[in-house]
Amino acid sequence: MRRLLGFLILLGLLAAGAAWMISAPDTLPAGEFADDTGGDPARGQAVFTAAGCASCHHAPGSEDKLVLAGGQRFASDFGTFIAPNISQDPQQGIGTWSLHDFANALLRGVSPEGRHYYPAFPYTSYIRMQPQDVADLWSYIRTLPASDAPSQPHEVGFPFSLRRGLGLWKQLYLDPSWIMGTPGSEELKRGRYLVEALAHCGECHTPRDDFGGLQREAWLTGAPAPDGKGRIPALTPDELSWSAEDVAYYLETGFTPDYDSAGGHMVAVIDNFAQLPPEDRAAVAAYVKALPEGGGM
Amino acid sequence: MKITATSLSLVAALATFGTGTLAQDLPGPVKARQGQFNILAINLGILGDMARGKTDYDADTAQAAADTLVAVSMINQAPLFPEGTSEMEIDGTRAKAEIWDDWDGFAEKWSGLGEAAAGLQQVAATGQEALGPAVGQLGGACKACHDSFRAPE
Repeated sequence: MRRLLGFLILLGLLAAGAAWMISAPDTLPAGEFADDTGGDPARGQAVFTAAGCASCHHAPGSEDKLVLAGGQRFASDFGTFIAPNISQDPQQGIGTWSLHDFANALLRGVSPEGRHYYPAFPYTSYIRMQPQDVADLWSYIRTLPASDAPSQPHEVGFPFSLRRGLGLWKQLYLDPSWIMGTPGSEELKRGRYLVEALAHCGECHTPRDDFGGLQREAWLTGAPAPDGKGRIPALTPDELSWSAEDVAYYLETGFTPDYDSAGGHMVAVIDNFAQLPPEDRAAVAAYVKALPEGGGM
Repeated sequence: MKITATSLSLVAALATFGTGTLAQDLPGPVKARQGQFNILAINLGILGDMARGKTDYDADTAQAAADTLVAVSMINQAPLFPEGTSEMEIDGTRAKAEIWDDWDGFAEKWSGLGEAAAGLQQVAATGQEALGPAVGQLGGACKACHDSFRAPE
């Protein structure tokens, strides 16, 4: 009996040890993104706009959306996440980061200190970003103003407050593969990149499972709003009957085919898409029209 | 008799409870404000469809639509947004409580609509090419307000 107990304790320790190892932050190799000088800020501005960085990181109520002071609140089933300061301030922001630090945050969800970020930061989408876009984006973000507003702690209760557990979550849900298989045209390929990587549409338009992971088999089929109020609509053709041109026009002006006008967080998304070239809006529209009914791919 | 009185008050209570939840029983000011937004949408549809080439451009029709937008933008909003008619308090509206918390901000957004509509009124009869940018401006005014003051569906 005593030996059995000892064995069980040993087994438990081993399991805990294994979980500890599996949950360790997985970072990029040191040699990747080592050169801080290869970015083009002008190209980076377009990446910044498509990726919607400012939409979440500008201070609530601020008119100047390029001051990335943070502070907006994002309620969810797991607690309320508060966007941090990612301005160039060396103390409160990310002014001391290297490109390598930035890439680890964006593509792996790991801080320079080696802590997991919560996936309210959509690194599950950004993991599909092209390396040059990351470098360009970083060179643009470095040109933006600093704010000394301190980041607020997230309001997340136990057990989700144990960040180490996110390592296990990432094992399940941090997947760099595309959801839509080989796209049939350059336009579709661009649309897939915008939807699945930069604009991270799936983060709101795809339902999540009990652990908060995106249900890839129900891709873009709509989901309850994370703050519990209302529903975020489906984009699949069985639910959305708009033409490709309607989708592109909506992304440009915010007008639905009935000339209702967008509300909620989609307003910020449209403000971004309106600044992108018309080809990008057409590419997203082509992607949306190419979705399978029911979202299974 | 006692039972009847109880049932009657129960029926009354249910009826009261029911009123708030049925869209057709919305308070008059809420119906009125939703109506004005419908008028905006119909006239924007006329202009937007011409801008997109979905319908043929007609200067008189475009001008009449733009004049209507300006007319709606001149409606005083205060009586249409009485206290107690936010989405927190009644069903069938998407008006956020922030409207009442920041009435000046809301009024400023409404005058933004007026400015964009006036811009459209200036150019509506001058040709099809002018419509696209002007409708876009007006869309910007819609979004600017919805961003802060309209809840998602």
